[in-house]
Amino acid sequence: MRFVDEFRDAAKARALSAQISALCEPGRHYKFMEVCGGHTHTIYKHGLEDYLPETVTLVHGPGCPVCVIPMGRVDDAIAIAEQPDVIMTTFGDMMRVPGGNGSFLDANAAGADIRMVYSPLDSLKIARENPDKRVVFMAIGFETTAPSTAMTVLRAAAEGLENFSIFCNHVTIIPAIKAILDSPDLRLDGFIGPGHVSTVIGCRPYDFIARDHNKPLVCAGFEPLDILQSVYQLLIQLAEGRSEVENQYSRVVPWDGNPRALKAIGETMELRPYFEWRGLGFISHSALQVREAYAVHDAERVFDVPGVRVADPKACQCGEVLKGVLKPWECKVFGTACTPETPIGTCMVSSEGACAAYYNFGRFSRDRVRQATALPSPTVRVPSS
Amino acid sequence: MSARDLHENHVTDEAGQDEHVIGSEHRGREQQVLDRIDKARRRKAKIREERITMAHGAGGKATHTLIEAVFLDAFRNPMLEKMEDQAVFPVAEGRLAFTTDSYVVSPLFFPGGDIGELAVNGTVNDLAMSGARPLHLSAGFILEEGFAIADLQRIAASMAAAATAAGVTIVTGDTKVVQRGKADGCYINTAGVGVLEREVTLEAGRARPGDKVLVSGPIGDHGVTIMLARGELDISSDITSDTAPLAGLVDTLLSSVDGVRCLRDATRGGVATILNEVAVASDVAVVVDEASVPMRTEVRGASEILGIDPLYVACEGRMVIVVDGTQADAALAALRSHPLGAGAAIIGEVKADPPTLVLLRTEFGGTRIVDMLIGDPLPRIC
Repeated sequence: MRFVDEFRDAAKARALSAQISALCEPGRHYKFMEVCGGHTHTIYKHGLEDYLPETVTLVHGPGCPVCVIPMGRVDDAIAIAEQPDVIMTTFGDMMRVPGGNGSFLDANAAGADIRMVYSPLDSLKIARENPDKRVVFMAIGFETTAPSTAMTVLRAAAEGLENFSIFCNHVTIIPAIKAILDSPDLRLDGFIGPGHVSTVIGCRPYDFIARDHNKPLVCAGFEPLDILQSVYQLLIQLAEGRSEVENQYSRVVPWDGNPRALKAIGETMELRPYFEWRGLGFISHSALQVREAYAVHDAERVFDVPGVRVADPKACQCGEVLKGVLKPWECKVFGTACTPETPIGTCMVSSEGACAAYYNFGRFSRDRVRQATALPSPTVRVPSS
Repeated sequence: MSARDLHENHVTDEAGQDEHVIGSEHRGREQQVLDRIDKARRRKAKIREERITMAHGAGGKATHTLIEAVFLDAFRNPMLEKMEDQAVFPVAEGRLAFTTDSYVVSPLFFPGGDIGELAVNGTVNDLAMSGARPLHLSAGFILEEGFAIADLQRIAASMAAAATAAGVTIVTGDTKVVQRGKADGCYINTAGVGVLEREVTLEAGRARPGDKVLVSGPIGDHGVTIMLARGELDISSDITSDTAPLAGLVDTLLSSVDGVRCLRDATRGGVATILNEVAVASDVAVVVDEASVPMRTEVRGASEILGIDPLYVACEGRMVIVVDGTQADAALAALRSHPLGAGAAIIGEVKADPPTLVLLRTEFGGTRIVDMLIGDPLPRIC
């Protein structure tokens, strides 16, 4: 299949793997963070770590849109959904995220009408077809999904669909990366940059990482060879003593981003003074809200939103996992109290969450897996535990 | 009451009279009457309404008309024609297989099939997976008030065609109607019995290290077809459901190979779920080679776009086969000799360690676990 197979070529992977091993200085350990949850998913789905020497560790970052939603926002959404004549809509991943009083699925069982949609435009369609209902789209995601929400708001305004509003939970990636860089617990050698976010914001916003923090960043695509190549580029930079922003995903990411998408976001949304992130706490100027000009489409203005704050469950260490301080399996409740069936933390819910990816695809001693699958490999990786 | 019953009563009534005098003329007249009755009996009960009403479920005349005009007309066979509350049939020596399944697929009609065909093939396949020859099915319908009778007739016709193709008869049934909004058009339950004519025991718990794992054809066609047929995705494709009765394929396989350990049709949850069931029940590891899993480009493409794993996507005419490793090639040849197994492939093997896990060698060259599915990526697929 074109545009897929060429990025999953095992022969090329073996060649890259050998070059990566050759670039690693003996005795040195490398820690790279893949910021984006999509990368985490790719890494586990394709078994990419089998190609990395044991001295290269990939640390999973905060870029999973579902994972960073605090429990209070889930409760707020359910409170909106429980008001009369409301149809709440959201992406499928959100349906199982636990709030303080259960998930959307639980709310549905209790009588709410919360539906899964593939696009906010589907939600707009529901609003058009149900003029006597108030249709709310719970918008989540980084700059990747914000433009489609913005376009939907613009279209709702143009059509005068006053029964449509969004419950905006869009967050921005740069403050999250800053929070990681300011975290004293973590020593990183470089970043695998979020490819999809960069299609919108471009590569320039990462300059400070290379300039002020001396960390290389390679903006990466989402196929396994993309990620291997990015690791290779990061190692080259380190070997040459450089720290720059590079664009591995140039087939999709323009250096300056997508001005039309940014304009749509800017027209409909503005930065919030602060926003709570799951596990990371309040981060200033880290999220978007609907501009007053579009107040009629802003669920937080249309509805009485309780503004619930729910402390994360004590046992849950999602924050540490999101910051990359803990590997998923190092969390106290991983795989025992917290499983994909009965998640405590958000990282265990989304397919992009580090814990869910690790649980579903990788929770097993790699050498036993290797033995069973008889995988020939020059870069045998022993469990880092 | 059948025509034969009428005939017998009639003769008894007349028996004491001068039968020997006017015998032949009398019989001629009698025959005319009987012919008329027979003709009337064969005349199709007419259903005048276009839509199902609550009356069709009330058990009275409307119910009878519906059953005769739609179901009896489509499924006609001597056992059903008796219109008893149950079907009575003789049993063979040995073991019977018995199963039931309910069908709630949405949409009811999709490329390559409909709920009716699915309801017959699904139950036929559940019987066939034990090695049984499917014999008879029941059919229970839950209809929503307002459902179009033309659609119901279409569904019944495709059930009848599927039953004929699978060599089974629908011998008993039931119809209920619920108020508008209390169901989604039409739900069907079928139960089935089959007879085991071979001395085989096929169970998920019988896999052992050294066995090979096969699938009978490309995976995921049904699930992807349903997904696209819902029209929520703006993707169009020529792909059609793989719904098919597998009893013939199973018979071909079991006639050629005696080392088959386990058969499962890969419906909800797809191939991955079956393999997990085998791994757990047999306390073994199942190792699958991603590159060897047969899959149509359309299925792969749709799965890539939607971010779903085709290993979990439902099939309705494919089975997973675990067979003694030394007979894997013979099993493959047997499967491929049958039209429904033309795309069969060996996809993996059974190992002792690590027990209860399914592992995948990815096409990319890495390894990962293939776990049981959590949640439901695609509800109401069958």
